Amino acid sequence: MNNLIKGEKHDWEMVIGLEIHAQVKSNSKLFSSSSTKFGSSPNSQVSLVDAAMPGMLPVINKYCVEQAIKTGVGLNAKINNYSVFDRKNYFYADLPQGYQISQYKYPIVGEGKVTIDFKDGTSKDIRIVRLHLEQDAGKSLHDQNPSKTYVDLNRSGVALMEIVSEPDIRTPDEAGMYISKIRSILMYLDTCDGNMQEGSLRADVNISVRKPGDEYGTRCEIKNLNSIKFIKQAINYEAKRQIEILESGGSIEQNTMLFNTSTGKTRPMRNKEEAHDYRYFPDPDLLPLEISKEEIGKIKSSIPELPDELKNKFIETYKLSNYDASVLTAEKQTSDYFNETINSDPELKNHAKIVVNWITSELFSLLNKNNQDLNNSPVSPENLGQLIKLISTNEISGKIAKDVLEDMFSSGKTARQIVDEKGLQQVTDQGEIAKVIDEVIAENPKIVEQYLAGKDKLLGFFVGQAMKLTKGKANPKMLNDILKQKLNKKN
Amino acid sequence: MSKSSLQQTLKDLDTKKISIRELNQDYLKKIKEKENLNVFIHFSEENVLKQIDNLEKDNSAKKLKGIPIAIKDLFCTKSMPTTAASKILENFNPTYESFVTQKLLDEGSIFVGKTNLDEFAMGSATNTSFFGNTINPLSKENEPLAPGGSSGGSAAAVAADLCLGATGTDTGGSIRQPASFCGVVGIKPTYGLCSRWGITAFASSLDQAGIFSHNVEDASILLHSIAGFDQRDSTSAKVDIPNYFENLNDDLNGKTVGIPKEYSIDGTPMEISQIWEDAIKVLEKKGVKIKNISLPHTKYALPTYYIIAPAEASSNLARYDGVKYGFRSDEIDSLDEMYENTRAQGFGREVKRRILIGTYVLSAGYYDAYYLKAQKVRKLIADDFNKAFKECDFIVTPTAPSAAFPLNEKQNDPIKMYLNDVFTVPASLAGLPGISIPFGKDKNNLPLGIQILGKHFDEQQVFNAAVSLERSYE
Repeated sequence: MNNLIKGEKHDWEMVIGLEIHAQVKSNSKLFSSSSTKFGSSPNSQVSLVDAAMPGMLPVINKYCVEQAIKTGVGLNAKINNYSVFDRKNYFYADLPQGYQISQYKYPIVGEGKVTIDFKDGTSKDIRIVRLHLEQDAGKSLHDQNPSKTYVDLNRSGVALMEIVSEPDIRTPDEAGMYISKIRSILMYLDTCDGNMQEGSLRADVNISVRKPGDEYGTRCEIKNLNSIKFIKQAINYEAKRQIEILESGGSIEQNTMLFNTSTGKTRPMRNKEEAHDYRYFPDPDLLPLEISKEEIGKIKSSIPELPDELKNKFIETYKLSNYDASVLTAEKQTSDYFNETINSDPELKNHAKIVVNWITSELFSLLNKNNQDLNNSPVSPENLGQLIKLISTNEISGKIAKDVLEDMFSSGKTARQIVDEKGLQQVTDQGEIAKVIDEVIAENPKIVEQYLAGKDKLLGFFVGQAMKLTKGKANPKMLNDILKQKLNKKN
Repeated sequence: MSKSSLQQTLKDLDTKKISIRELNQDYLKKIKEKENLNVFIHFSEENVLKQIDNLEKDNSAKKLKGIPIAIKDLFCTKSMPTTAASKILENFNPTYESFVTQKLLDEGSIFVGKTNLDEFAMGSATNTSFFGNTINPLSKENEPLAPGGSSGGSAAAVAADLCLGATGTDTGGSIRQPASFCGVVGIKPTYGLCSRWGITAFASSLDQAGIFSHNVEDASILLHSIAGFDQRDSTSAKVDIPNYFENLNDDLNGKTVGIPKEYSIDGTPMEISQIWEDAIKVLEKKGVKIKNISLPHTKYALPTYYIIAPAEASSNLARYDGVKYGFRSDEIDSLDEMYENTRAQGFGREVKRRILIGTYVLSAGYYDAYYLKAQKVRKLIADDFNKAFKECDFIVTPTAPSAAFPLNEKQNDPIKMYLNDVFTVPASLAGLPGISIPFGKDKNNLPLGIQILGKHFDEQQVFNAAVSLERSYE
């Protein structure tokens, strides 16, 4: 695979690492009991602790710790029995304490890895450096008043997991696949709702470029990207910018960048000299976090099947391709839907590939067209199963099945109902098909002649005519066979 | 023993020899007479009268019902403003009650006012307060003395008999040293015994609430009232709190006292060495075994303390930024300017000095050499004590290297001021309980204090030794 990008002078390779901030799915904040509900009116979910009133102290939310451990297990990572909360000190209006409680030297989760799967069937491991727990900041609202900034502390203190990757990523696509994979794992585990639009999952991208085989170049960090599209755009723009600088003899300054989503460009926010000295030190208000092996074991045993396990299971049980299986398992709702569909009738297990296709192409495109989600699909897994059963038993043709699915989608009726009501059963009566063919042959003597003279392609014409007469219900294979038989007899 | 006694007053209230109203009116009168001492940052007669009214309507039995208590103005209180003696919190009215003060309220005590302190508890003379100096009640005319600090207001309130007890906080000696200067009893319990919830933080790993009182028995009653586990403070300890008062036992026969040689420091006044020797002699007479011990890392305690405490303070005080509450400068053309001017105008010199020290020792490139090293030394200091306590039941030292000094003597010499904490800081770093009791006088007839240190959560032993010394001294 060629991951290089062409510069004016030579080829360059991108080196990319991601820091993903995933909001922990929990009812209350990391160190206070305030609610974490999204979209509530400003400052309605702020406790004395969140507002950093004098004398207020943080108390760890055990559930958030469990969620982080679960996630660590899902990332195939080492869970640390001992971790420490540190203070990261800086001033900002939406940071009431004047410091963020985070984990610095001793994170709760150590090295791990996730696998991304390519369309061509290959896959690649991206190594995880660590996962740590930290508090989110509040929100500064600059656009509410021309001369004032308002601060909303609802988000202040909400638990985040920061997942740091090694710089193992080489292309924007890989970056997209990596974050999708992380998102998928988190959603399977139910440790993050994965909602990128609401900011529950966002990423800082570290990127540098180098000539293949060289040492790592100087990197820039693009802050706070909240969609896969923006991540790819930002990487592409930033890589080009760095290559232009290097090719014209310049050097890269280690900067923190912001990505402008409307112009698609990055711009520097601060350089290395302006970088904060965060003065990390262990938070004296909190004890080190000690987690016993038993606790970790208990959490491990509570973990559901993860996408990779499920993928392998699908490959093995249903003989699906690696890619099909990875598409099915990318989102929990898809694999759940697949499972329910294929289990709705014992017969379907022998037609797994057809089930995959009907879900991932036909149903998905209908859902997309109607701006709907698999979770609220008007076609239930059982009904889709029934439709596929009708196809596999030759009761209806695949072509008619597409129309039936559309009908099911809009009317909510079952496949069986529609097929019965409209009389769409495939014609499998040899005599009946033969009768239609005879009719078609009789009506088109000239074309029969041409066909017999060697224009094999004209077979399609007869098929089309016969289908028209049967309103598409003739079994295609039988139709073909009988047609050939009859035409060849004329020879 | 001072003329007042909480224990005796409780009996008098019980036998109706005196009413809650009479008792507190007496104290109100004294408070007004002693206004010149500048003991209180907040005092409201009306508020006290309201509390009396409420208690008179309350028929339930309460342990400290009607007892006038003064509160260091570092404890957040709902009924009174809380300033930490800083301009930056000048008009701050908490909507919540600290764990310690809530406990005192639950037991029916009356808060007479909020006492003066060094700004954010940073100081040893109660002279860094935005609200001016507190004057030591033992001062002679025309020669005002410092009450010690940082809890100088609370120590002075007890010494001037403006209350029957007071709360304090001790980070490096802020209860014990002013107790010594004012001739009262002051106890800092084990770190974690009293919840820090609702106490304006100075240095979180060292801050601990404690008590000032007229005598050791009263201290044992009051400490029992404010101690206890609190799930809102992660460093609060889950330990049984014995009834110190009922368990008081002045029979020390067979116990061993440790006398650390490192506490004999060159330049310590004769009188201080003398009272230390006197105390040892008294203990010996009571059948206490005298054991010379060594706490070899004592000399590093002060520099260690003056790295760790400012480091934590620099971070703890970051929340005073003018955004959410408290003072905000008028000159604010940008966010950075708001921070700079608010903090430049809102904090006093000593607080700024410590924020600067703390910021420096935590900076990239200096962290290992200062903060990390200080943490290691802190561990060694704690180990010294742990080792020593294998050989003795308690340790006796002087509380402070001098008696109360004139009010403005060390104003411009921070190092000299920091040296005041030399005997109190090691136990703070180790988290150990320590009490200071008046024991003897200097040549100017000013009180001197003896410090008794105990094992972690062995407040009972500290009280027993203290009450024994106290009773023999009278």
